[in-house]
Amino acid sequence: MNVLRTFLLYALLITCSVVMLFPIVYAFLISFMSGAEVLQGHIWPQEFTTANYVAAFRKVPLLEYLLNSFIVSFLVMLGQLIVSSLAAFAFVFLNFKGRDVLFFLCIATMLIPWEATMIPNFLTVQKLGWLNSYLGLTVPFFALAFGIFLLRQHFKTIPLELYEAAQVSGVSHFRFFWNIVLPLSKTSLITLGIYSFLTTWNMYLWPLLVTNNDRVRTVQIGLKQMQTQEISTEWGVVMAAVIVVILPTLLLLFVGQKHLQKGLMQGAIK
Amino acid sequence: MNTPLPVQPPASVQIRRKRTMRTTLEGITYLLPSLILFSIFLFYPMLRTMYLSVYLTDYQGNPVQFVGIENFVYLLKDVNFLQSVKATLLFVCYTVPTSVFLALCLALMANEKLKGIGLFRTCFSSTMGMSVAASSVIWMFMYNPSIGVINKVLSLFGISDVQWLLDPKIALVSVAISTIWMNTGFTFLILLGGLQNIDPSLYESARIAGVSYLYQLRKVTLPLLSPTLFFVTTVSLIHSFQTFGQIDILTKGGPMDATNVIVYSIYKDAFINYNFGSASAQAVILFFAILVVTFLQFKFGERKVHYQ
Repeated sequence: MNVLRTFLLYALLITCSVVMLFPIVYAFLISFMSGAEVLQGHIWPQEFTTANYVAAFRKVPLLEYLLNSFIVSFLVMLGQLIVSSLAAFAFVFLNFKGRDVLFFLCIATMLIPWEATMIPNFLTVQKLGWLNSYLGLTVPFFALAFGIFLLRQHFKTIPLELYEAAQVSGVSHFRFFWNIVLPLSKTSLITLGIYSFLTTWNMYLWPLLVTNNDRVRTVQIGLKQMQTQEISTEWGVVMAAVIVVILPTLLLLFVGQKHLQKGLMQGAIK
Repeated sequence: MNTPLPVQPPASVQIRRKRTMRTTLEGITYLLPSLILFSIFLFYPMLRTMYLSVYLTDYQGNPVQFVGIENFVYLLKDVNFLQSVKATLLFVCYTVPTSVFLALCLALMANEKLKGIGLFRTCFSSTMGMSVAASSVIWMFMYNPSIGVINKVLSLFGISDVQWLLDPKIALVSVAISTIWMNTGFTFLILLGGLQNIDPSLYESARIAGVSYLYQLRKVTLPLLSPTLFFVTTVSLIHSFQTFGQIDILTKGGPMDATNVIVYSIYKDAFINYNFGSASAQAVILFFAILVVTFLQFKFGERKVHYQ
């Protein structure tokens, strides 16, 4: 009975994994096929060729797109870490008038869907002259309520005695923040970092609005570009680009899965 | 915090006041980056959207003429907008219950203690690392009527030439299927976390009492998982209202506006037709829709939820 149950479970798990992974594996296989083979509708390539990858980097500035995405994702990650940790520190350790009101304001931001603000945001960024620049792609996302909550949860677990001891020995708030709070919160900072990087790397609508040349365009928009330009003829090349684009985030996800899962739960529920 | 002492020399009061002033200033300094950014990129634009929604605008998005609620009245009579509302609601109904249910099944399986379970967990959560653009491009190819794998497989069963993305009757379902796949990773990961938080001793007592798996699921697992389920449903709902990327790549809102969901409609009105007033009115409607959903979820979801 127990053996049967285990067997059934494995069968189910394997079936589900195959279904879930199929689109990714399929794209992977297509990326190694020659154009003729793709058009014949094969699933397994008869001969693995890397020509599509070479073509993907030659025909479109994929390398430039990748670099842009890296820079933008990294900047947003850094910005969110700095801005969120400063705010979270104030909410946990500094006791001042109006703190609760400000905290409520932070909660309120979660009720505003970003898409409802994109028109004035676009106009603002245009007026600032930030279209087609890294500034326009990154700065609007530096403040993140989720990040503030996530770090606040963690900062609250730091014993208050530490803070009091630091106060008594005359350590300044900023030094306490920098030398004690941040090092003690490494795991949460990593979680938030992974989350920021993933979401920024995968961002679509905003980069579509504020970029229209190759100099700053991110990979996601590059993919759209490719897919509309070479649609019926060179699917192999498009799939090669898809694989290149998803590789960094998939790797990051596999490495940081545990962190991310814990962090998302903490920020969300408790 | 500031409990006044019965007798206090004036000097110390002054020092104290100075101190409160200083901590207040310091607190605000730490919060300043967030406050400034939230004001410029969230609060101001939300108010500005509301403001623009009662104006006719020029091509640069400057308000030209006050029209009151006319933009809204016009929208409610507009066939295209009503179609967009219908598409959005249908899309939400197709995607949210299905992805939560499927992710729950996966999470229940992946929570079993088996050898190599970590590998399966990684497989199930993999779509979380996939961008909407990349996923959509893959699905676009799979849906390709002549060379895509889906029609190839269906042709083995004698079904031929389904126009997944070009048939107005099934295009929305096709987009929904790909979206469910994209969302599963995230939903699964959160639900698995919820399951792992349940106290194992409860299962132990259930095992000793010899109850069936289904009974245990109904009486122990689901009630204790309900806060997580509740959270994941709310997030999925809000997420679903904000769908854009897969529509832009797979169907461009077509065929015959069948997949013209609200955010795509806003995008088209504002950035293709330069009709900022009408687009802002739609954005305001989106804002209130999400507000109502959040409110209803908290009001009615709360009661059924069992907190530990």
